[in-house]
Formats: sequence, C-alpha cells, structure tokens
Amino acid sequence: MKRPPPEPAPDDESPGVPGFRTWRGVYLFVFAFFILVVVLLALFSCQFA
Amino acid sequence: MNPLDWIVLLLTMIGIAAYGAWHTRHTDHLDTYLKGSKTTRWGTIGISVMATQASAITFLSIPGQGFESGIGFVQNYFGLPLALIIVCAVFLPIYRQLGVYTAYEFLGQRFDAKTRLLGAGLFLLQRGLAAGVTIYAPAIILATVLGWRLELTIIATGVLVIIYTVTGGSEAVSLTQKWQMGIIFGGMVTAFFILLAHLPPGLGFAGAAHIAGAMGKLQAVDFSLNPDKRYTLWTGLFGGLFLSLSYFGTDQSQVQRYIGGAALREGRLGLVFNALLKIPMQFSILLLGALLFVFYQFQPAPVFYNRVEWRHNAMGTNAAVFQALDQRNAALHVEKQEKIRAWLEARNQRDPVAEPAARAAMLQAEVATEAVRNDARTALRAANPLAQTKDSDYVFIGFILDQLPHGVIGLLIAVMIAAALGSKAGELNALGTTTTIDLWRHFRPLAAHDEARNVRAAKWLTAMWGVIAIAFALFAGFSENLIEAINIIGSIFYGVVLGIFLVAFFLKSVGGTAVFWAAVAAQTMIFALFLLRHHFPVLDFSYLWYNLIGCAACVMFSLLLQAALGSNRRATLTANEI
Repeated sequence: MKRPPPEPAPDDESPGVPGFRTWRGVYLFVFAFFILVVVLLALFSCQFA
Repeated sequence: MNPLDWIVLLLTMIGIAAYGAWHTRHTDHLDTYLKGSKTTRWGTIGISVMATQASAITFLSIPGQGFESGIGFVQNYFGLPLALIIVCAVFLPIYRQLGVYTAYEFLGQRFDAKTRLLGAGLFLLQRGLAAGVTIYAPAIILATVLGWRLELTIIATGVLVIIYTVTGGSEAVSLTQKWQMGIIFGGMVTAFFILLAHLPPGLGFAGAAHIAGAMGKLQAVDFSLNPDKRYTLWTGLFGGLFLSLSYFGTDQSQVQRYIGGAALREGRLGLVFNALLKIPMQFSILLLGALLFVFYQFQPAPVFYNRVEWRHNAMGTNAAVFQALDQRNAALHVEKQEKIRAWLEARNQRDPVAEPAARAAMLQAEVATEAVRNDARTALRAANPLAQTKDSDYVFIGFILDQLPHGVIGLLIAVMIAAALGSKAGELNALGTTTTIDLWRHFRPLAAHDEARNVRAAKWLTAMWGVIAIAFALFAGFSENLIEAINIIGSIFYGVVLGIFLVAFFLKSVGGTAVFWAAVAAQTMIFALFLLRHHFPVLDFSYLWYNLIGCAACVMFSLLLQAALGSNRRATLTANEI
C-alpha cells in the first residue's frame, strides 16, 4: 500500500509565546539563557571560593 | 513520625493516586491510554517530563552529593538544554508527523522490523533492569531510617503506582505527576528555608556560602581537561549532551510524555520549560546539600550518617572500637568549629595575614574529620563486610527527621515517595506501551485493529512490568554498588540507541541492515570497553563518555557498512518520505 504524502513541515507553526515569532527565536533564547546560567554559576564559584 | 506526619503522608500519597485513578477510570481509547489526553497543555507536559526524570533518589542522594562532594555535579546537566533544543527541532516534529506511539515504531517505518525490535529490545533490557531499582533505592533508605519493613515499603509503593498507572495509562501518569511535583516543590522549598533558619545566628546565607566555598563545596564549574575527573564542564557538555539527547529523544519513558498533547507547540514548550528550569533546579538541590554541610559544622555531627547501620554494628565485641571513633569524631568536631569561627573572624576583619593561616587550619581540621569518617567506614567493613558504607544518602533524611517540625516531616517523606511514584509511573507506562506496540502488536498483527483488545493488552502488560519491578526489588538483593552499576548501564546502552536514531534522522542513504549490524558492533565494542576498563588504565574514563563513543561508533559503522553493501534505494525512498 502506498504511504500517504508526508504532511507539510510543522516548523511554520508559531510558538505563541509573547515576544517570539519563530521557534528559532525560542531556541536562541534557551541557548542564551543556558550560557547566562553557566556564566552565573562560574561567577558564583569565584565569589565563594 | 507522629500521627500528624502519617496523616499528611497518607492523605497526599493515597489522595493523589486515588484522584488520578478516579479521574481517568474511563480511559478506553488506545490513543488516550498510550499518549495521554489530546487536550494536555504544555505545563502538564513539562511537569510530567520533569517528574519522570526526577526519582526519589534525586531528592535523597543529590543533597548528599552536595554535602560530600560539593555542587560540581550540576555540570552533569549542562548538555541537557542543548539536547532538548535538538529534540524540539528534529525528533518531536517527526514523531508527531508519523503519529507513532513509541520511538521504536519510527525505526520500523524508517528502517525495518529487525531494527525496530533491536531498539525496543535495548530499551526494555535497560529500563527493565532499572525498574526494580527505582522502587528499591528509596525504599531501602526510608525503611532503614524510619524502621519500616523493607518488603512492605516496596510492595505498598509498587502496588499504589500499578493501580493508577494501569487504570488511566498515560493520562493518569501526567495528572498524578502534576500534583506530585507540587508536593515536591513545596516540600523542598520548605526544607530550604527551615535549613537557613537553623544556621547559627548572624551567619546567614552569605556566611554559610563563604564557609562552604572555602571548604571546596561550591565549585560549580570545573574547566579542567583531566579525563579522570568525572564531572567537568567538558564531560557535562559533551557526555551530558549525548546522554540527554538519548534519554529525552529515544527513551520511551520520556518520549511518551511529550508526543501527546493538543499540538506540536505544547510538546515543544513542555521541553523548553525543562531546558530552562532543570539546571537551576539541580543547582538548588545541590546547594541545599552544601548548606547542610555548613549546618552540621555547627551541630553535633555523627561520624557516620546512616545511624541505624552504625548502631547495628556497634554492639558486642566492636563496641569499644566504635565508641572510640565516636569520641575522636566529637573532639575533632569541636576543634573544627573553633577553627571555622576563627577563620570567619579573620575574614570579617579582612586581616591579610591571619585569614590565610586560619583558612589553612580550618581545612586541616576538615581533613582530620574526614580521616575519622574513613576510619569509621573501615571499622564498619571490618565488623560486617556486607555493611553499607556510603552514608551521604542519609544526610538529608537525617536532617528532616531531627530538625523539622511534625507535619513537615510527613510532607518531606511524601516528597520522597511522590518522586518515587512519579518516575516509576512513567517507567511502567513506557515499558507497558513498548511491549504492547513493538512486541505484542508486532507479533499479533491481526489484533492491531481491535482497539479494546489493545487497551486490555496494554493494561495487562503494564501490570506485568509493575509486578516484575516489585519482584526484582524484593528478591534481587541489591548492593549499593549495583545501584550505581544500574546508572552506568544506562550510559552503556544509550549511546548506541541514540546512534541508531541519528542515522535514521540525518543519514538518508543508510538502510536497515547496515544500521542494525552497526548497532550490534558498536554495542559489543562498548561492552568490551566497559569490561576491559580495569585491565587497561587508558580505558578507565568517566562512564559519561560511553554515550558519545557508542553513538559515534554506531554512526561510523553504519556509514562504512552501507558503503560496503552498496546504495540502498529503499532506505533513501523511505527517508525522503519521512
């Protein structure tokens, strides 16, 4: 049996998060937040070492 | 525990389980039973993903880890946000687009039946082995400390989780996990503030953090390239990335949490929620452990924190040895307190000469205390070779029982049991689903069209895994080393499974036969590395690296084998369709 044609790529779907129009923006925010957390942890270590 | 604690504990635990079972008692559609309600929103998905990962051991052992080794363990989670971005962008849209129930079903569509069975088999083997430990590990600690009977603790928690997981399937799991995480957050925040309130007057959070930092407990980020170190920025980023990618992207206990939901957006936001909160959450739990370390510098601290084990072995002919160790520890502890106060004073006066000298004296006192603790472990082993000598898991629970008011004790015990139930439920749900979809339906294709029969099979298979987990926990006779070994087993399998999925997603020219044999070869290689690590020092590296090596080997072998086998037209066609 032939498989039905694949659905269109779902990346067009808006994240529906205020301030973000694309998922790429959401992922960049997560990445930037991660970098910030690591920097803050490193500063925390230096502060109390 | 007094009656108030029991009321809090039983009301929260049985209440949540009963609510979950009652609310989802009419779940008779296969889709809802295996994937959860179609109306599930991102908050529920996010909490469910978090609750499945956070077992009781998270809340018992991680404060102990912070107490003993400091907060460096947080680096283990550094790969997690990056992995979740990849899962959101690549894995989740494909799973939803294909409408699969399990991650391994996707392998069947992309490759062939044998690769699907291999993926499902590796999952069932690895997760099935861990199933008993998820119940056993917290039960042994709670039973030891609270004087409960171990077998009754295992059976009670096991039966409770089976009832609501079997009744309502994935929907019940998500629903109960939401309430369980509420109890967990509430309990941990309460414990954190009570601990701060119990610190010596005038010390405060900053003073306690300075003591913990000076004692080497607050190094969160280690840039060292030394491969012998288990937790560094690099092991966390690379090993952790592959471990998290495999766990969140290919482990059915996680995949099942986010493939349902109202829309793709809900699953993605649920994962983003975890990507943002996981590191701060683990940091807070580890920090709690580091603050517990400071707390016990100003309180009478036992030489061995598993006091039940200590008292049990400190009788008869060994009494004098154990008593001498207790006395030495108490004397050194008082001495250390004086050194810490002297350092705090020198530090507050900003005396550039006295401060380093006082710090050195304080650290020397800490080394002396640690030496007595090591002697205590040696004495325990000499008295009873089977004695448990790892006591860090008992630090936080000991604090709860000694320092917290009644009612809050019940709440914190509920936190531990809620975490055990939440992760166990996710695990049983996934084991039942994979067995139903990838084995039972695969070998009985005619039954696939009978929805009611499928739901019945899923319920029976979920219950079967629950009973296996209870039996495993009751009869396997775990040692503390075995519990650690189970964690290592995850890393042994995860890398190869991830390799299969990466080939499926990104290497469209590779077909089922190549990836199947590549996975078998890569898994054999990882087994060999693991078994030979004590014979060749060069192979004795952190187990987190197995994730990366297993994955890389599987991908490379797949490419080489496919090149040897020639082009695979079917694979290319199928991959393009996906």
